[in-house]
Amino acid sequence: MKALVSVKRVVDYNVRVQVKSDGSGVVTDGVKHSMNPFDEIAMEEAVRLKEKGKVTEIVAVTIGGAKNEETLRTALAFGADRAIHVKEEGEVQPLTAAKALAAVLKKEDAKLFICGKQAIDDDANQTGQMVAALLDIAQATFASKVEIEGDKAKVTREVDAGLETIEVDLPAVVTTDLRLNEPRYLKLPDIMKAKKKPIDATSFGDLGVTPGAGFKVTKTTPPPTRSKGVMVKTVDELVSALKGKGLL
Amino acid sequence: MGASSPFYTAEHADFREQVRRFVAREITPHIERWETDGELPRALHRLAADAGLLQIGFPADCGGVDGADLFYEIVLTGELARAGSGGLIASLMSHGIATPPVAALGSAEQKKRFAEPVLAGDKIAALAITEPGGGSDVANLKTRAVRDGEHYVVDGSKTFITSGMRADLLTVAVRTGGDGLGGISLLVIEGDTPGLSRTPLQKMGWCCSDTATLYFDGCRVPVANRIGPENQGFVAIMRNFNHERIMLAAQAWAFAEVCYDESLAYARQRETFGRPLIQRQVIRHKLVDMRMQIDAVKAQLDLLAWRVMQGDVPIAELCLLKNLATSTLEAVASEAMQVLGGAGYLRGSAVERIYRETKVLTIGGGSREIMKDLAARQLGY
Ligand SMILES: Cc1cc2nc3c(=O)[nH]c(=O)nc-3n(C[C@H](O)[C@H](O)[C@H](O)COP(=O)(O)OP(=O)(O)OC[C@H]3O[C@@H](n4cnc5c(N)ncnc54)[C@H](O)[C@@H]3O)c2cc1C
Repeated sequence: MKALVSVKRVVDYNVRVQVKSDGSGVVTDGVKHSMNPFDEIAMEEAVRLKEKGKVTEIVAVTIGGAKNEETLRTALAFGADRAIHVKEEGEVQPLTAAKALAAVLKKEDAKLFICGKQAIDDDANQTGQMVAALLDIAQATFASKVEIEGDKAKVTREVDAGLETIEVDLPAVVTTDLRLNEPRYLKLPDIMKAKKKPIDATSFGDLGVTPGAGFKVTKTTPPPTRSKGVMVKTVDELVSALKGKGLL
Repeated sequence: MGASSPFYTAEHADFREQVRRFVAREITPHIERWETDGELPRALHRLAADAGLLQIGFPADCGGVDGADLFYEIVLTGELARAGSGGLIASLMSHGIATPPVAALGSAEQKKRFAEPVLAGDKIAALAITEPGGGSDVANLKTRAVRDGEHYVVDGSKTFITSGMRADLLTVAVRTGGDGLGGISLLVIEGDTPGLSRTPLQKMGWCCSDTATLYFDGCRVPVANRIGPENQGFVAIMRNFNHERIMLAAQAWAFAEVCYDESLAYARQRETFGRPLIQRQVIRHKLVDMRMQIDAVKAQLDLLAWRVMQGDVPIAELCLLKNLATSTLEAVASEAMQVLGGAGYLRGSAVERIYRETKVLTIGGGSREIMKDLAARQLGY
């Protein structure tokens, strides 16, 4: 069974994100980027399924500019067998990404599509669901456990009330939650092997996707800075301070 | 990274990222406890092996990784240093000085017994050259190994041995022949050999590294444990020192980087007299001086690493690199401490620990004075 995993290049989670002075977005030039952490979990899960013999081939796919090749190399070091680079230098909104990924999924005829539940840049949490809707296949979002049995997947999902286990028919979309697994450290031999694995380039044009602007970002602002706290000496003082603010 | 140095590729950068994560997750949260415990947990060696770190610098035929050039070792050192503890590098990587003779001169059988389990994190290795009677004068070491059938009987003692309390496999320099450098051999002595006893040493720094004095009292060691030909150990020891020195220079560079980063971050955030320290010329000049010295060390380190990789053995330059790197670290740690003020003097600050650990780098692996002497002789004076 073939698994397709999408990986996105995002500003590294350790970076303190700065808003551009003109409010048009966040600073990305000269800022460290890495694979979206939820996509690392997706890669790790695909590799584990391959190690268990449930998956036979892993294909990693990314959408973005030339630098996304680094992200694909990381995916290949994780254990993807080959990679697809949908080259696009411009902004990509979730629906456009979903259309492109759906097209790749269809072309590859993969039975399982695994992606992060969201990317930590825009936190949209839409792409996986949209891929499933576009192809009219099953979806199991926020997975914390994935088991493949025949042509079905049993997925434990993290929902507000706790955990929910569902069974979906393959092909299906699985989006990963934080607790699904802990991604491995990539070893040097795997990093070196990744260099030799193939990356195929494609484009929105090849895939028959017209990038559309579903929405427009009008302004980006940093969160308000927190004002200085007040130290209180006694519980009474705390209570009256809270009352003063109308919080009690 | 790729564009900023001819020596480092995208793979080096990827490897760096993995080590950085390993350090942030598996080391930094625990380092204070290990410093107090006085040793590293064995489990850490296994973790580091599983993450593929212990294998760097060793070929695949003894359990390492082919194609991991010296720059990977430098990257590894640079990232391990992020935990701010020299003892961590010394002890977790003590096989880096103990195991190379096995990799270079050992038989297939010896590699299997003495290198593979170490690189897999199952056993701990240490190098024992220095003796209570003196460390610098290696050619005159006194520990005796007398042949008795298929064994050597070893008597004597070694001191300052890193990982010496925990080591399962000790690469020991012994006298099998006459006086001087022509009478020395290397034996791997197993930790459970009857007649071997150990006592721990308390130190100024490198606290999470267990350092020991070892006593050999009639230890019977199979001749099969000798690495390389009899009485030809001195060359192997010297060759090992060349590698150790480049890695000690890498450590000094790496810790200087940490001091620089810590003091820069502090200078940005600390306000005095209504302005951040970073705006004061005196502080800015301290920081650029640090930067300048560190860059010089790194440039020479990388260049010599490259020359060594080409098969060159630039002994004098390596000695001087070790001195340049360690005196730079002394200067940088001192200035970093100054920038941090009282905060730098408190236990728990990385700069405080690094400051305490500058001296061991100017003494171990060939002291500053010995490095100068050797360089002068190599340069033909
Ligand atoms: C924390 C720590 C860990 C160590 N780990 C190990 C280890 O794992 N394995 C190991 O084998 N050793 C280890 N060593 C030992 C280290 O290599 C020695 O300390 C070093 O070689 C110096 O030897 P010494 O201490 O006996 O000093 P000595 O040789 O007694 O020298 C004392 C001083 O005299 C100077 N000096 C010596 N000879 C001359 C000369 N001819 N001319 C001018 N000056 C001279 C030296 O530079 C030094 O300043 C470790 C040391 C320390 C402190």
